Amino acid sequence: MMQSLVHLGRNAIDRISTLGRAAQLIWGAIIAVPQPVKNTPLLIRQMYVVGVQSFLIVAVSGLFIGMVMALQSYTVLIDYGAEDSLGPMVALSLLRELGPVVTALLFAGRAGSALTAEIGLMKATEQLSSLEMMAIDPLRRIIAPRFWAGVLTMPMLALIFSAIGILGGKFVGVDWLGVDQGSYWSVMQASVEFHQDVVNGFIKSLVFAAVVTWIAVFNGYDCEPTSEGISAATTKTVVHSSLAVLGLDFILTALMFGL
Amino acid sequence: MLSRKIELLVGLFVAVAIAAGLMLSLYVANQGISGDQETYQLKAKFDNIGGLKVRSAVKVGGVVIGRVADISLDKKNFTPVVTLDISTKYQDFPETSSVAILTSGLLGEQYIGLQPGFSFDGIGTLKDGDFVEDTKSALVLEDLIGQFLFSKNKD
Repeated sequence: MMQSLVHLGRNAIDRISTLGRAAQLIWGAIIAVPQPVKNTPLLIRQMYVVGVQSFLIVAVSGLFIGMVMALQSYTVLIDYGAEDSLGPMVALSLLRELGPVVTALLFAGRAGSALTAEIGLMKATEQLSSLEMMAIDPLRRIIAPRFWAGVLTMPMLALIFSAIGILGGKFVGVDWLGVDQGSYWSVMQASVEFHQDVVNGFIKSLVFAAVVTWIAVFNGYDCEPTSEGISAATTKTVVHSSLAVLGLDFILTALMFGL
Repeated sequence: MLSRKIELLVGLFVAVAIAAGLMLSLYVANQGISGDQETYQLKAKFDNIGGLKVRSAVKVGGVVIGRVADISLDKKNFTPVVTLDISTKYQDFPETSSVAILTSGLLGEQYIGLQPGFSFDGIGTLKDGDFVEDTKSALVLEDLIGQFLFSKNKD
């Protein structure tokens, strides 16, 4: 009885102190004294690693998800003679939900795990300690550019995902299944609202970007400096950021579209 | 050192992202008549608005000239009051104009159809805040079926 209470307490303290360390990391990396000029080359390099290299997987999944959605919706909508609503169906689901969420999940798997492993290995091979020995703050030199690169590139990837998905839906719906090209676009334009759909989707992906990248860099920075520690941290990054994205998605959707 | 190739690829990536954003905002969302344009307001009282929603279209002969801005209930006689945002591009509808709640297709979205009236001497034009007097309510399918059954029974 006593023992299990002690266990519970120790667990709780561990969790809370982890949260505290994560907050400290983000404070040290981004809020305390930003140095935009000195860090721009580092940022661009990380945008390449984090963003450009994720481009292909995001583009291909966007294309296929758009095509599958058009195909599935068409078989249902044709029963009601409502195949003209294919455009808004594809566009709204991509802009509001699938664009931000699927991009965030892919990003967590493709870029987040790589960030964790890279930073974790730097810690295991004591590169971070040597930076500190040379009076270079690893939070600013290593963490900050990676965090900002994630926050900047993921919303862009989500936009690309949605745009390519809508084009993919057009290939299947219009070019293959024979939905009228004019009604695909015009009904879509009539029902997609700029603020309600495009901007809210963008805000969602911005929030997901910050959360996923934060989880990734923190798990790398906080990992146990052994090979098991790195592998555990990488797994943690993918699991935690996927769960965080799905949970936050519900909350954001309820706030944006609930009423 | 940063290689030129990386800078080029990042630049290309950002350009593609901007193109995607532009496509989504201009082509997919088509910022037609919305809050950015100058509008004036007309009001209309209906008996029943059916499934009309805020942001439903207002059309004249099929051309979208505005959107429904607000739907509320008149406090005195409990009838729905619909406020319409009409683009200032389309002005000077005669006071004899009528509005009706119409449905696009059999089960489609409901919208407001504005039918411009005749204008002759002594008839003014609709200005900001005016009420459109002549209104036709939404056709509610259930009422229609009820009427049909009722008239069948009488035979």
